[in-house]
Amino acid sequence: MTGFDELEPQTPELVRPYVITKGRGLPDEEQLSLITLVTAVADRQQRPTRLSPEEQSLLELCSAGYLSVAEIAGHTQLPLGVVKILLAALTEGGYLITRPPVQRAPVADREILEEVLNGLRAKFG
Amino acid sequence: MVSGPSLDEQAYVREGASQTAVKILVVGHFAVGKTTFIGAISEIPPLSTEETMTRAAEAVDDLKGVQGKTTTTVAMDFGRLTISDRVVLYLFGTPGQQRFVQMWEDMARGALGALVLVDPERLADSFAVIDLIEQYGLDYAIAVNHFDGSPLRDETALRDALDLLDDTPVVTCDARDEQSSAEALITLVRHLQDRAH
Repeated sequence: MTGFDELEPQTPELVRPYVITKGRGLPDEEQLSLITLVTAVADRQQRPTRLSPEEQSLLELCSAGYLSVAEIAGHTQLPLGVVKILLAALTEGGYLITRPPVQRAPVADREILEEVLNGLRAKFG
Repeated sequence: MVSGPSLDEQAYVREGASQTAVKILVVGHFAVGKTTFIGAISEIPPLSTEETMTRAAEAVDDLKGVQGKTTTTVAMDFGRLTISDRVVLYLFGTPGQQRFVQMWEDMARGALGALVLVDPERLADSFAVIDLIEQYGLDYAIAVNHFDGSPLRDETALRDALDLLDDTPVVTCDARDEQSSAEALITLVRHLQDRAH
């Protein structure tokens, strides 16, 4: 698989997580969950110049489509907490758009479950 | 740091009108076949991410002899399956140790339910996992990972051993097999539907 292997793991000893996050705290779970879908805003003119290398690469990663927060952490091999903090900062800065997961509610659940069931049957049935 | 190469097009979530995500947990004790199961179903190569834990684990992790070790990492595997234009399903797997509770919080919140993978030869190892699942109030089904494909010898004994409710589904599956794994997942979703009514 191309792409995946080219991403070198971050050496934890080299840069401490609190340096990468500039000491910021974790965002609300409501704001960024594991399965919140994230993408870069389309307007490339606004590409900032004063972002850290980690923020730049996250933005790059998110520029071709939607990825979940968990996937972004997986591809960058940064700790999940670090990724969440950086994504929250980039979202606040207006560089990223997020799409929250399905809210759980009895009616929504029934519809979603029906859809998941049908989807699984269609794929594997 | 990464130089930020673009990923394969397939690596991204297929764009749908209003695509949004749901998740199901695939849990079980160490080496029960969670990653294999997720790999069989996932449309992307399974990914893993880790969280650095500081201090929280100190009380339970014996740090004697490793002084200076202040962090430990907890890995979580996951995969993805595009269900429709509207829904993308994520499968998350992690071991069921009590000390991974912080990660469980994240994983369990908003999850539709959980599939508990069980090794019939190591039933006692599953207790901690089922405890955690119940603690988070998740509905679940049991999938007995059976490598040789032979039928489960004694479902009643297994139900007794795991102290399952009568309506908790028990299925056998081969985590290496896409079809078999999908059927286990379908059984879980049907159970979740029953519980939702």
